[in-house]
Amino acid sequence: MAEYETFEHDVLVVGAGGAGLRAAIGAAATGAKVGVVTKSLLGKAHTVMAEGGVAAALGNADDRDNWRVHFADTMRGGQYLNNWRMAEIHAKEAPARVNELEAWGAVFDRTPEGKISQRNFGGHRYPRLAHVGDRTGLEMIRTLQDHAVHQGIDVHAEVSIVALLKDGNRVAGAFAYDRERGRFRVFKAKAVVLATGGVGRAYSITSNSWEYTADGQSLAYNAGAVLQDMEFVQFHPTGMVWPPSVKGLLVTEGVRGEGGVLRNSEGRRFMFDDIPENYRNQTADNEDEGWRYTQGDKTARRPPELLTRDHVARCINREVKAGRGSPHGGVFLDIAWIKDKIPNGAEAIKRKLPSMYHQFKQLADIDITKVPMEIGPTTHYMMGGITVDGDSQMTNVPGLFAAGECAAGLHGANRLGGNSLSDLLVFGKRAGEHAAEFAKANGAAAIDAAAVDSAAREALSPFDRAGGESPYHVQHELQSMMQKLVGIVRTESEMKDAMAQLVGLSERAAKVGAEGNREYNPGWHTAIDLKNLMTISEAIMRAALERTESRGGHFRDDYPDKDPQQATFNIRLRKAADGSMSLSKETIPPIPAHLQEVIEEQKS
Amino acid sequence: MSTATFRIYRGAQGGGEMKDYTTEVSEGMVVLDALHGIQADQANDLAMRWNCKAGKCGSCSAEINGKPRLMCMTRLNELDLDKPVTVEPMRTFPHVRDLVTDVSWNYRVKKKIKPFTPRTPDAPDGTWRMQQADVDRVQEFRKCIECFLCQDVCHVLRDHHKEESFIGPRFLVYAAALEMHPLDTLDRTEELKEAHGIGYCNITKCCTKVCPEGIHITDNAIIPLKERVADQFYDPVKALVRLVRGKKA
Repeated sequence: MAEYETFEHDVLVVGAGGAGLRAAIGAAATGAKVGVVTKSLLGKAHTVMAEGGVAAALGNADDRDNWRVHFADTMRGGQYLNNWRMAEIHAKEAPARVNELEAWGAVFDRTPEGKISQRNFGGHRYPRLAHVGDRTGLEMIRTLQDHAVHQGIDVHAEVSIVALLKDGNRVAGAFAYDRERGRFRVFKAKAVVLATGGVGRAYSITSNSWEYTADGQSLAYNAGAVLQDMEFVQFHPTGMVWPPSVKGLLVTEGVRGEGGVLRNSEGRRFMFDDIPENYRNQTADNEDEGWRYTQGDKTARRPPELLTRDHVARCINREVKAGRGSPHGGVFLDIAWIKDKIPNGAEAIKRKLPSMYHQFKQLADIDITKVPMEIGPTTHYMMGGITVDGDSQMTNVPGLFAAGECAAGLHGANRLGGNSLSDLLVFGKRAGEHAAEFAKANGAAAIDAAAVDSAAREALSPFDRAGGESPYHVQHELQSMMQKLVGIVRTESEMKDAMAQLVGLSERAAKVGAEGNREYNPGWHTAIDLKNLMTISEAIMRAALERTESRGGHFRDDYPDKDPQQATFNIRLRKAADGSMSLSKETIPPIPAHLQEVIEEQKS
Repeated sequence: MSTATFRIYRGAQGGGEMKDYTTEVSEGMVVLDALHGIQADQANDLAMRWNCKAGKCGSCSAEINGKPRLMCMTRLNELDLDKPVTVEPMRTFPHVRDLVTDVSWNYRVKKKIKPFTPRTPDAPDGTWRMQQADVDRVQEFRKCIECFLCQDVCHVLRDHHKEESFIGPRFLVYAAALEMHPLDTLDRTEELKEAHGIGYCNITKCCTKVCPEGIHITDNAIIPLKERVADQFYDPVKALVRLVRGKKA
């Protein structure tokens, strides 16, 4: 093995978003020596973009709320494909994780009694999202960051992992390069926690930052871990559609939670036209009742704009396709109308949704207190990911853990808004603690010199092909292809076409070149990340082709209905011995009686 | 579709030069879009930081036509496209490559500020009670996205390089958020006066002008902190008490 700068940690955390930082804090609290690797600067991870809030059944805004309701809401939203153990742990532990943030300095919005305020969100029966205006993610990441830097954690900023290293079956560390100088680094670790977020950069219209290139999913897959539920990509119903350069930028669900309504070009609130059977009891059947719900009337049911994201996104898609869309190919989201319903309406909108007000004012010259916004679906979240044990978050690779968006299980076929921020706190902490425990129980592992050398050769190969195709061009073509053929509405023929095109794109991706030298070279980095996107795009396609029904985030035009037969399994993918992607259907273990009881009691 | 020319600083460790790139531009574009186009088609290795492209992460700070701004929030229709738009790295920080600078000093400074230390919880379940009116001012400071444009524009750092004795506007805002946090129990006034060098700030308000979050850095954070320092260390009555009692009043 060539000489590389080497770092040793008990626990190496990959990713410094909410899940990564919470894992690092959790591991460090046990006395473990912890290192965190992040592709960006500290505090810039995608968590910073989360807007609406963090879901936890604190019961501050409505004392009828408790973990049982949150658990049942999460399972119903996920169409019962969730890992029920994770859904149970999540609902029980989220309140403590949110309160803990307050102890670390977070300043959430308050109720009149001085408690943490909670707002309405889609699929949540009661107001449940602790929030700070519409910048909750920033508050969370800054709180975790400012706390973490005083816990003796080593932060490796602007460092990218290119391969996980193994010693036999177990994980032994990771191989990386620092972006600034382009030099390789070896990380020896007794346990590794992946907390790398999502895959949104596989699509052209996305609310995700550049970092979301499926690194963790791909690293884990290549190291022998299993992926599941990859067909379930969440398309958030409300992304900006104009101007073109901001297409996909998120418009928080909080707009609808505060009383915003969806209308088509005829001015009709089309969401009233299609209320799914299993939500009918909980959904308002007239506009007045819906409005009263958003204003805290406990006798009212929620407006249909607050149905789950998968459903709202499809309804919007349908309106646009039927020719009832807005001028730039979306529909209208109107918050301005509440001005007539409450005193100082314009000021209230600006106070509750400050980022949205500025985002539209600055980027689209639109004053949302005066006119409706134009919005449409945008790729937002990957429900699927790395298969983990529900309690410990360990994968099938000993010593390798995953938490947050890159892990699968909690959300099933569709995630409820606000459940991702609570996910990363609850399971970040657990992954960190269990990783530290694993590190203590298992000594140091050996680094495989040959694996390091081969990873180094592969990482540098784009420079051997200087003058080759631009990695950006291949990335853009992949994104358009995925958007068009494996997007919000899918069919077998289009996905087979996509699969054929992916073969060609993968060949081109293997030939892209990097110009210049190794110092802070984004072209080179894109060439490396591109492989991860290719792997994960294939996983999405294979799983989506296999699931011949429509459920949650996965909608098949050729199989538009839910098939009860397919409610019994998760689709799993792993790397076969010959390097190909192999698929299996894993039967979901039967839900224990005490949890089934909770689901039944919450159905009324 | 029309075109525009961007005059971008290229090179490493300060040894660079301005280079012109002409690219297609369309309605609604921001500077970051134009640079992405140039990066994809003409200069794959153009180094710059960006993450969210939504004004939330504070990564894409640069000096556009000489003004410290976020590239993702600077729309082309605000700029005169008849002449080249200059895009340069933040000048206050050590240069790395193209538009990327070494901002690690900021992270070291923050670590030196005494962290949040809350009072014991108000309720038996370990939670606290705070009124919205009491957290409003702290929430303003906590909007900060750490883009470091205020540090870039501050003449104490930019021209006089007092990095060893002055923490800069970003961290005065951070200190203010801690000092004015209803739950925090520590007193950071002495450090603000000594190690953090608040006296260097002569309230020219340049930081406030460039803040993309519209935080009233000078009026709401720095001046109240300066008043606390003055109150504690320069109040003649308190000084007398200190003299008599031989300790801090």
